[in-house]
Amino acid sequence: MSRKITMIQAITEAMDQKLADDPRVMLLGEDIGINGGVFRATEGLIEKYGKERVVDTPLAEAGIMGSAIGLGLNGMIPVAEVQFLAFIYPGFEQIVSHAARMRYRTRGQYHVPMVIRTPFGAGIRGPELHSESVETFFTHVPGLKVVVPSTPYDAKGLLISAIEDPDPVMFLEPTKLYRAFKEDVPEEMYRIPIGKANVLQEGYDLSIFAWGAMVRVALNAAKQIDREKGWKCEVIDLRSLYPLDRETIISSVKKTGRALVVQEAHKTLGVASEIISLINDEALMYLKSPIKRVTGFDVPVPQFSIEDDYMPTEARVKHGIEETIVY
Amino acid sequence: MWMVTINGLTEQISQMKAITSSTGGNVMTDVYQVLTPQGELSVKGIEEKIDPATMVKMYENMVFVRAFDRKSVILQRQGRMGTYAPFEGQEASQVGSAMALTAGDWLFPTYRDHAASITHGQSLMRVFLYWMGHMEGSISPEGKNIMPPCVPIATQMVHAVGTAWASKVKGEKKVSLAYFGDGATSEGDFHEALNFAGVYKAPAIFFCQNNGFAISVPFELQSSSATIAQRALAYDIKGVRVDGNDIFAVWLTMKDAIERAHAGEGPTLIEAMTFRYGAHTTADDPKKYRDQEKLSQEWRNERDPITRLRIYLEKRNLWNQEKEEHLLKQTDVKIDQAVQEAEEYPKSKPEDMFKHVFAETPWMIQEQEQELKRFTDKGGDRA
Repeated sequence: MSRKITMIQAITEAMDQKLADDPRVMLLGEDIGINGGVFRATEGLIEKYGKERVVDTPLAEAGIMGSAIGLGLNGMIPVAEVQFLAFIYPGFEQIVSHAARMRYRTRGQYHVPMVIRTPFGAGIRGPELHSESVETFFTHVPGLKVVVPSTPYDAKGLLISAIEDPDPVMFLEPTKLYRAFKEDVPEEMYRIPIGKANVLQEGYDLSIFAWGAMVRVALNAAKQIDREKGWKCEVIDLRSLYPLDRETIISSVKKTGRALVVQEAHKTLGVASEIISLINDEALMYLKSPIKRVTGFDVPVPQFSIEDDYMPTEARVKHGIEETIVY
Repeated sequence: MWMVTINGLTEQISQMKAITSSTGGNVMTDVYQVLTPQGELSVKGIEEKIDPATMVKMYENMVFVRAFDRKSVILQRQGRMGTYAPFEGQEASQVGSAMALTAGDWLFPTYRDHAASITHGQSLMRVFLYWMGHMEGSISPEGKNIMPPCVPIATQMVHAVGTAWASKVKGEKKVSLAYFGDGATSEGDFHEALNFAGVYKAPAIFFCQNNGFAISVPFELQSSSATIAQRALAYDIKGVRVDGNDIFAVWLTMKDAIERAHAGEGPTLIEAMTFRYGAHTTADDPKKYRDQEKLSQEWRNERDPITRLRIYLEKRNLWNQEKEEHLLKQTDVKIDQAVQEAEEYPKSKPEDMFKHVFAETPWMIQEQEQELKRFTDKGGDRA
């Protein structure tokens, strides 16, 4: 059975079902208990599972990350919420220096099965430091998996996989999509494998790669271009940024001979750069034109009155498609 | 529903007792108060310490910032401003502390401390610009050192150590005042700031507005410390607990702290007990996590910072209804004018985002700006 729910409801449901399914799972974070989280991702869960398993922590991200590592080391499965991605930095050291390399340092003797959930991205007229896309900080760190859902269906399936994964997973939730639309989501538990991309629309003129909030932007731009010019773009939602789904990326580029990456993050050293390197390594000779990036800029996400100008828009993506195809 | 029914903060406040000075008493438990909620002076000699003109100014400033705060909430509701963090209820803490400063002192406000910024000289128009999402909302006025509102938690405390340290190195008689809330005391930066300031005897003042809640989390869940002031003991710095709704107590405590800082005696940690009447921000619903109606009414009716000062001033014939009406009228005019100025201020333009990333803009940013410009010139829609 399925019904139409939003991404935030799908996320709540995934945690709810894992809490019910596995007594080792516990949630911790700021305002996640009585308040149900600032975005209501944990709404109703403290009532259902109690304050020992849905924990309102003190306001301390290093404390949350460090103690989650310890909980994970000692048999629990912590799912930690960080209120906004830009507030994660006090916990960054714990993630990078400890969570990501505990397995490595103990040669597999210990591991940290934790999930770090956090909303990210612009487009909600948020105050300063509520809109950043810094996923690249985490994809760069060996030992972390990085997952970004773009639909309610994917959010539930990916979060369940993340909670069941034996290694630390950064689960980045596009704030703009929390309540943007509903879609059919099965009531029962299901899993979407980490590391698998999703081909949303098949095509043969150009491969467009996107993740998170940019997926819908890319898809809409591709549909408009199809109507206006008859060009058929293949649109691929990466879903996992680490590990990347090399096979899907490369086979698509070999088919279309052109590629465009849409990335909300700053341009320099974003995940787009890595995708282009991958294509260079594996499919360079199939290319008919240079690979194009449509990205945010190398500036702090500006105050909200001009944040839309920072974001890759459908118009900018269409422009990028034209420049790639008419080369 | 699982709900916090006992608010420890309220209990602590109701046990508040007058102590003779902010430097006396036991920092562990005593809350320094000189003006009771009933508008009575509970300590002798206050009239000699605070002159009548200052008392009147304190009142006028508090009325002014409260009107600003209410206007901001309305503007947000009308869609003329973004998410806003109201401070109503905390006026005595912010106005009283900022009034104790002199022009060159450094101010490190959080996103809830515009009352302090305005009192220290930030223009109302600029504060409105900030909350309207304008790129030029956090520029400090000439001759003042008002830092942009700090959005992460507790991080600004360490900056205040640095500016205070530099003042000491340069031999300037200036203090650095950092605001933060009860939640911030759980962050590592709180510890590091207090420790550094103690080591370097930095002329810094750490002003905690303990309003009992970090968004939804009550202080009982934030820490098992009985008080925040007691943390000072661990760093061997001065710690004081004060009634944050008593502007006289706040101001006198600040004056003490400044005097000690100037004398080379180092930092002070001030814990001001107060309460935010409203939501954490306009995006928050306090009814989810506390008995909002009851607590808010209780604090308004029994401990309001403005009411108690008005009662006191009227008793001393320093204030009357006529003055009140004049002040309210003046306040409305000033606020309306600032709103108008902010709304008529030239809007931020896309190219503004590329400025001031560096002193000299590197090629990547230059090219990206050109790319966006070419795109919009070609008739590409501005998002």
